[in-house]
Amino acid sequence: MASSETDVPVATADTSGAPVADPIVRMEAVTKRFGDHVVLDCLDLAVRRSEKVVIIGPSGSGKTTILRVLMTLERPEQGAVWIDGRPLYHEVRDGRLVAAREKHVRDVRRAVSMVFQHFNLFPHKTVRQNVTLGPRKALGLGRDEADQRARELLERVGLADKIDQYPVSLSGGQKQRVAIARALAMQPKVMLFDEVTSALDPELVGEVLAVLRDLAQHTEMTMLLVTHEMRFAEEIADRVVMFDAGRVVEEHPPAEMFSAPREERTRAFLRAVLPR
Amino acid sequence: MLTAGQYRALLEGAQVTLQVTALAVVWGTLVAVAFGVASLSPVAPLRWAVRVYVEVFRGVSAIILIFWVYYALPLIGVDLTALQAGVLALGLNLSAYGTEIVRGAVQAVPRGQSEAAIAINLSGRDRLWSVVLPQAVITMLPPYGSLLIEVMKASALVSLISLSDIVREAQNMRQLRAADSVDIFTAVLVLYFAISLGITGIVRLLERRFARGIDLSRMGGTAK
Amino acid sequence: MSGLTPAPVVAQGSPPSTWDWEFAGDILPDLLEGLWVTVKLTVLGISLALALGLVLALLRRSRLRVVRWPVGLFIDFIRGTPLLVQLFFLYFVLPDWGIVLSGFEAGVIGLGIHYACYTSETYRAGIESVPRGQWEAATAIHLSGRHTWTSVVLPQAIPTVLPPLGNYVVASFKDAPLAATVTVLGVLGTAQRIQGQTFRGLEPFTLAGLLFLVVSVPASLGVRYLERRYGFKRD
Repeated sequence: MASSETDVPVATADTSGAPVADPIVRMEAVTKRFGDHVVLDCLDLAVRRSEKVVIIGPSGSGKTTILRVLMTLERPEQGAVWIDGRPLYHEVRDGRLVAAREKHVRDVRRAVSMVFQHFNLFPHKTVRQNVTLGPRKALGLGRDEADQRARELLERVGLADKIDQYPVSLSGGQKQRVAIARALAMQPKVMLFDEVTSALDPELVGEVLAVLRDLAQHTEMTMLLVTHEMRFAEEIADRVVMFDAGRVVEEHPPAEMFSAPREERTRAFLRAVLPR
Repeated sequence: MLTAGQYRALLEGAQVTLQVTALAVVWGTLVAVAFGVASLSPVAPLRWAVRVYVEVFRGVSAIILIFWVYYALPLIGVDLTALQAGVLALGLNLSAYGTEIVRGAVQAVPRGQSEAAIAINLSGRDRLWSVVLPQAVITMLPPYGSLLIEVMKASALVSLISLSDIVREAQNMRQLRAADSVDIFTAVLVLYFAISLGITGIVRLLERRFARGIDLSRMGGTAK
Repeated sequence: MSGLTPAPVVAQGSPPSTWDWEFAGDILPDLLEGLWVTVKLTVLGISLALALGLVLALLRRSRLRVVRWPVGLFIDFIRGTPLLVQLFFLYFVLPDWGIVLSGFEAGVIGLGIHYACYTSETYRAGIESVPRGQWEAATAIHLSGRHTWTSVVLPQAIPTVLPPLGNYVVASFKDAPLAATVTVLGVLGTAQRIQGQTFRGLEPFTLAGLLFLVVSVPASLGVRYLERRYGFKRD
């Protein structure tokens, strides 16, 4: 395999001015359209290693699409994406930058995993099988090794006793925690969370946030979260990005974002969603 | 009623009926699954090829297909035994209908499932075999079960190309003793009915086995 | 018994022949006539099936178990056994009981009864798909039984049943050639006759198949259009 990947610029700046050296996620001029509707408008985004980034904004703003592009669930029409220094949708062949083949995309994608709003657990598989499927098929782990990993992760999210149950007998919060364990089992470098508590009954939200908090505070994992849980965002985020109409409106550390946003759009949005 | 010898002859015919049906089902299903998945491929010419195949082999009735395979093909050099011709024709017919059933069932699997499979970096093939197809099977089973019964019934047509299935045995018996026609045909109908009940039973068992953990009310009920 | 014994096959090992366009042209008019017979048989058969199916559906909904069960068993029985055998029964067995049918008549009646058992299930599903509340509302405004049916239930049930019924129309057309086995000279029977006389099966059966497609494919597309227009309810 060719050893030379495209050179990643040594430093990028995020819009708050702080330089981002060696970003683990980099999006450059990414544009995504659905028909006539421009969902991502020439987006530039850089995420540091181990950074916890929360993306907020009104529905339909395109924030979920950012995550979906990183997870290769949507392909951008224009622009480029780098994961851990490697181009996701392009590869270098014979010294030229061309559209990547499926094998390359899968190889780069391995560093990313995602948790969905509607859990998307595999209903025909037990909790154990849900969590071990990825490691066994995509990482090539043996059965015992995968099992061991599954048990440890389910222990960590507090669901070790449900390991041989089917998703149908779990509550929403439990399903989501299994989904998190399933994603963690792939040992990704970047975890994407797409409104993971939005589909839960209020009393079940806390248990999922507890797991996220644990990940945020006790691991080196890079996390990108799209969420409406503002208080939670304030608690764990290193940076909060306000997104609207396909563009970054502004981004700051949480304290600044929630107390003194600079843009009127942000202020209007926060007024509408924050209880005060 | 009928003599023991006559019953035995009918049961021998039933063996042939089941044999033809089973062989047609096996190869027809393999094609149906392959084409059903292929019909959802991003490669347009592949989709169109499947579309044409389905329209042609659904549009032509089984009996015309059987006659064509048995009588027309030899004239361009393809000689098949009656059994081969019957299995080929029935399989072609089955695969055309089956393709549509498979396609519908695969499409019915929620998109979030393949997205979750992508999120754990499964290859396209693993996504299909480990995540999508197992869930598609449940949706597929009721209509596919009905289709199997149709194939079993259509197998009666091989009697017309001299294969010794139930109907041919019955016809032979009638040549010998025309007076027994009522009893013979009644026995034939009952025999077929019994086989169709058997097939329905097996399909119901399969449904239950595959439905572990899945909310059946979401997917629509059982066959017939 | 001409429809039963198949014509002799070309001997194995004889050199393969190629398509004879002149022969094909010669037999085409006969085959077209045969196609017309098949179409007529289908139309009559499916009309019978549509009417009889409604009757069966209503009987199936009877409150009397002594009516429901035999009808239900009859329907399952007809659906679970081959049309071919049912045709043989009508053509070869009924004469023993004094009822002699021509091949065409046997074909129409056989097709009609067979498909009535399918359409009856469709009608039932359609009627049952009309919500309970509609029936109750009709009672509340004192509609007579007949008016309840004609003004409230049927108009709502009909769009649901049109696509599946359309499917059965096409399916019955595909089964109509079976009547060749009881001497009907439809498109298949004619092809058989030609093969029996000339020992050439390639052109007759190929043309028969193609002519068949010429009718059945547009009909299928028509049903597909119906499905799109009236939505598709899973049976």
